[in-house]
Amino acid sequence: MAPAQWFGLKGKAARKTARQSIDALPDGLWTKCPKCNEILFNKELEKNLRVCNKCGYHYKLGAHERIGTVIDDGTFEEMDTGLTPANPLEFPDYETAIKKDKLKTGLSDAVVTGTGEIGDHKVVVGVADFAFRGGSMGSVVGEKIVRAIEYAIDHKLPVIMFTTSGGARMQEGILSLMQMAKTAAACAKLQDAGLPYIVVFADPTTAGVHASYASIGDFIFAEPGALVGFAGARVAQQAGLIHRPDNFQTSEFQLEHGMIDRIVPRRELKSTLIKVLDFCRAKEVKPDAA
Amino acid sequence: MPPNEWNVLDFEKPITELDAQIAEIKRLTIERGEDRSADIEILERDRDRLLSEIFANLTTWDRVLLARHPKRPYTLDYVRVMFDDFIDLHGDRLFADDNAMVGGIGTLDGRQVMWVGQQKGRDLKDRQHRNFGSAKPEGYRKAMRLMHLAEKFKRPVVCLIDTPAADCSVGAEERGISEAIARNLMEMSTLKTPIVAVVLGEGGSGGALGIAVADRVLMLEHSIYSVIPPESCAAILWRDPSKHKEMAEALKIASNDALRLGVVDEVISEPPGGAHRNVDLAARSVRAAIIKHIDELSKLKTNKLLEQRYQKFRNMGVFEESAPVASEAGE
Repeated sequence: MAPAQWFGLKGKAARKTARQSIDALPDGLWTKCPKCNEILFNKELEKNLRVCNKCGYHYKLGAHERIGTVIDDGTFEEMDTGLTPANPLEFPDYETAIKKDKLKTGLSDAVVTGTGEIGDHKVVVGVADFAFRGGSMGSVVGEKIVRAIEYAIDHKLPVIMFTTSGGARMQEGILSLMQMAKTAAACAKLQDAGLPYIVVFADPTTAGVHASYASIGDFIFAEPGALVGFAGARVAQQAGLIHRPDNFQTSEFQLEHGMIDRIVPRRELKSTLIKVLDFCRAKEVKPDAA
Repeated sequence: MPPNEWNVLDFEKPITELDAQIAEIKRLTIERGEDRSADIEILERDRDRLLSEIFANLTTWDRVLLARHPKRPYTLDYVRVMFDDFIDLHGDRLFADDNAMVGGIGTLDGRQVMWVGQQKGRDLKDRQHRNFGSAKPEGYRKAMRLMHLAEKFKRPVVCLIDTPAADCSVGAEERGISEAIARNLMEMSTLKTPIVAVVLGEGGSGGALGIAVADRVLMLEHSIYSVIPPESCAAILWRDPSKHKEMAEALKIASNDALRLGVVDEVISEPPGGAHRNVDLAARSVRAAIIKHIDELSKLKTNKLLEQRYQKFRNMGVFEESAPVASEAGE
């Protein structure tokens, strides 16, 4: 019997199942690649950093999964775990939605920040998680990113941000828009401090996040095939854009138009980051050098 | 004016009906030489009472309609009244001149300033020429270029905001609309000269914020400032674009909401019935507010100015914070 039949699912339903497995490991042994329909053995998929070994499709990663793929084992120390969303606008159903996503992800909001080691570099990292409210940036996300950047400035550390977001957190209204200015202003301070700022776009990186701290990295990398652009998918749909190029709003489109430095497959990401961090490392001033 | 014209909002109709009556009597006064000033006075008093009644009970959606009013004064209408003298400047030196973003130098009662702002068009041709007030990357880069000139020559910057959103066409994506806005946010946050921003009409999301990282952010009474248009938000969150009125309330996009949330520093009162009923008075109010804030900011040393600007945006946002979770290591 073909593995696909084991699911008893076909087409759309099978893809949906594959998507559902993005956030939590599926109980089953097998997963079907949503892009090429290849049936993938889950253990193999894990070993391959959740990249399809046939077509190279990059599955979404949860924040802690992502940290596991780049930060040296046992070196990650999370910051600001006590921050959690309020409902400043008293927006209908916002608290319920937050509670649901907290349960689903085990996170307190859509970004995890902390320090860790990559090779012999100590770095500050911020890692977004799409499973929490579509990775959207509200007050907590903005505050955690700014605190992480300020920590990096105080301790003279490089910053690496992994972005994945549908944009601003609509339920926090104008306050979420202000997080764009707040995070970008912190990036300016980081710039003034002369510290490296590296951004990695994961699928999707759009709207308010793409138009703020994500797009002003010293180095900007993207995973292959990620959705990357200003107008969120639904907004672009509403605007009724026609004559869109086939690769519109993808990593490849952004590379072609000069908006990112490189597309880096997940397996090569850690070694690429180490090369860049080596390049940026402040030269040690030897006291007797003169 | 006939009360059922396309550029009159439903809730304005009783007012414009009285306006029409008053105008008619005035015309007759001149034509027939009769003194009807007592009638006019009564009608005007009625109209003004009605006006303040209607405007005391506006819903948020009514104010969205006012912010987008077809007769609402646009950026250049304010520029023409506010500045004693001005010239406009063009181009981003990289790609093009964006007609949706205007800017230049101007004089405010002896103070030389750089001004930038989004510009909407009045008729169909003009609207297309201005791209409906939606600036492209070259617009944001032009604005930033002018702001850097202001920094170089130590002149304050005045940002006039009126845009539904930034342009999201294929061309805008190709030339990096996100990068252009993000860079403005970053560079404005450290620009070494005072910046005063005024939301005149629509403060549409990132497109507005791209020229609104200012030391003082002001809003006209019937302007709006929102992360997303209420129609789009209702379509996305509630899957029902027809709930835009409820969404406008929920998103809290009116000027008094923004003031309460600490996002703006001052709300500038509009003439009775809205800025379009007395453009001169509206522009003079905006001018007075800008001058007041520029004069206050000009007294600050640059370091202090920049630290205050950083802290202003640093402190925006509302969240809860408890003790770190048990397994927390950190410092």
